[in-house]
Amino acid sequence: MSTVWAPSEREQERRRIRRRQRARSVLIATLVTVGVFVGLGVAVTGSPGWPSVQELFFNGFHARESFDAVLEGFWINVKLFLICQPVILVLALGVALARTARSAWLVPVRLLAALYTDVFRGIPTILLVILLAFGVPALRLEGLPTDRLFWAGVALVLSYGAYVAEVFRSGIDSIHPSQIASAEALALSRAQTMRHVVVPQAVRRVVPPLLNDFVSLQKDTALVAAAGVFDAVFAARDYGNFNFNYTPLVVVAGFFVVMTVPLARLTDWLQRRYAERERAGAR
Amino acid sequence: MSALLEVRGVRKSYGDRVVLDDVSLDVAAHDVICLIGSSGSGKSTLLRCIDLLEDIDDGVIRFDGSEISDPRVDPREVRRQIGMVFQAYNLFPHLSVLDNCTLSPRRVHGLSKREAEDRARDLLATFGLSDHVDKHPDRLSGGQQQRVALVRALCTRPALLLLDEITAALDPELIGEVLTIVRQLAERGTTMVLATHEMSFAREVATSVCFLSEGRILEQGPPAEIFSNPREERTRQFLRRVLPS
Repeated sequence: MSTVWAPSEREQERRRIRRRQRARSVLIATLVTVGVFVGLGVAVTGSPGWPSVQELFFNGFHARESFDAVLEGFWINVKLFLICQPVILVLALGVALARTARSAWLVPVRLLAALYTDVFRGIPTILLVILLAFGVPALRLEGLPTDRLFWAGVALVLSYGAYVAEVFRSGIDSIHPSQIASAEALALSRAQTMRHVVVPQAVRRVVPPLLNDFVSLQKDTALVAAAGVFDAVFAARDYGNFNFNYTPLVVVAGFFVVMTVPLARLTDWLQRRYAERERAGAR
Repeated sequence: MSALLEVRGVRKSYGDRVVLDDVSLDVAAHDVICLIGSSGSGKSTLLRCIDLLEDIDDGVIRFDGSEISDPRVDPREVRRQIGMVFQAYNLFPHLSVLDNCTLSPRRVHGLSKREAEDRARDLLATFGLSDHVDKHPDRLSGGQQQRVALVRALCTRPALLLLDEITAALDPELIGEVLTIVRQLAERGTTMVLATHEMSFAREVATSVCFLSEGRILEQGPPAEIFSNPREERTRQFLRRVLPS
């Protein structure tokens, strides 16, 4: 068949059928989605206590009134997140590498790293924030900062560092031994093997769970309110206690959603991209 | 007698690259069809299209008299009756050999655990795998894994077996043990379509050999004819390359 190919009658009919099938599934998806959302809306707004809940939590006037204070507080959450995140990454990768080290000299480091992850993953983050923010300045040691915000940030770093270290470690452990064998066969040292072969693959593999932890960190910056830091949550509670209206809390929730959604979508996108690239044609 | 599988004018392309171009093929019950040709000639794609793992872009595929290339056909209904074995075995590493072999019979074909296990043990024993029933696939050699994969496909009693270069990933000394099984199946009258690089094996078991080149079946005939007296120049070139002189 050297002439240009044109779809046969049968193929054209098959395409019509496929189009109909696609249209049908789009229709079903639309109907189901609209149905579910309308149903949810009716269930919530139809509940007996809805009018008072609406007044207490969804009040337009109080939302506008508290907006500026919440925004100002939220800036602290954003800064905290932006500073903590890179520090956590570095700390966690260091801890993970220490835990996977096999050198006899590094045994104490390995034990320390294991102890660190066990202890700091075990302590609830909110307790860590309170203990550090109030405890360390109370030591009145020369040269240490006494800022509660600083120590609350340190608490977040320590707590999340332990989680993220475990994510990195699972990534490092998931690299097939044959990769290490072939790196060693090229006479690479243990450190070079980690640096050039294992860690790059491991990091790529754990990007989705990492971003997941960072979405979680963004939200947990709200825990600094427990240490009396004037962040968005504290500002909202302050306003609420004064005006007997909790709408600012909903405003804060809105802020957090707006901040976390882009990162969540980025996670989805990265996950899809890696899947497509590394499993191209492998079905 | 009408053919068990009828492929008519099938076309498949990925973007601008045409992988199958106007391919037609008849497979009657008890046929053993060998697809030969260099890599990239479309052998695997043809098998994947038959198993409905890929949508075709034109043409018709009929199985047992009814068209299976219709979008309204449920592929699972078709695959219940077709077995497929892959080049890389594709056993499930988290399941034991026995569980690999009983998964589909129990979950898809509705056999009881006992029936499915009896059937699997029987087949595993037939093919010399009795010692490995409770092991996990990674404990086995490549040849053993591929034999398990064959048994897994056979446990559903398929009317048609598709084998996609099942010895291509194996060491030379392990190829024999897998081909022995395929030979036994051929003798028992199992209907098979297989893509293979094992020319002497194809010559021995095939009822018919198809030479594929650039997505087309250039030549088809009984093995004696294709291997001794090929009609097409390109077939001759290919055979000169792959056959020891």
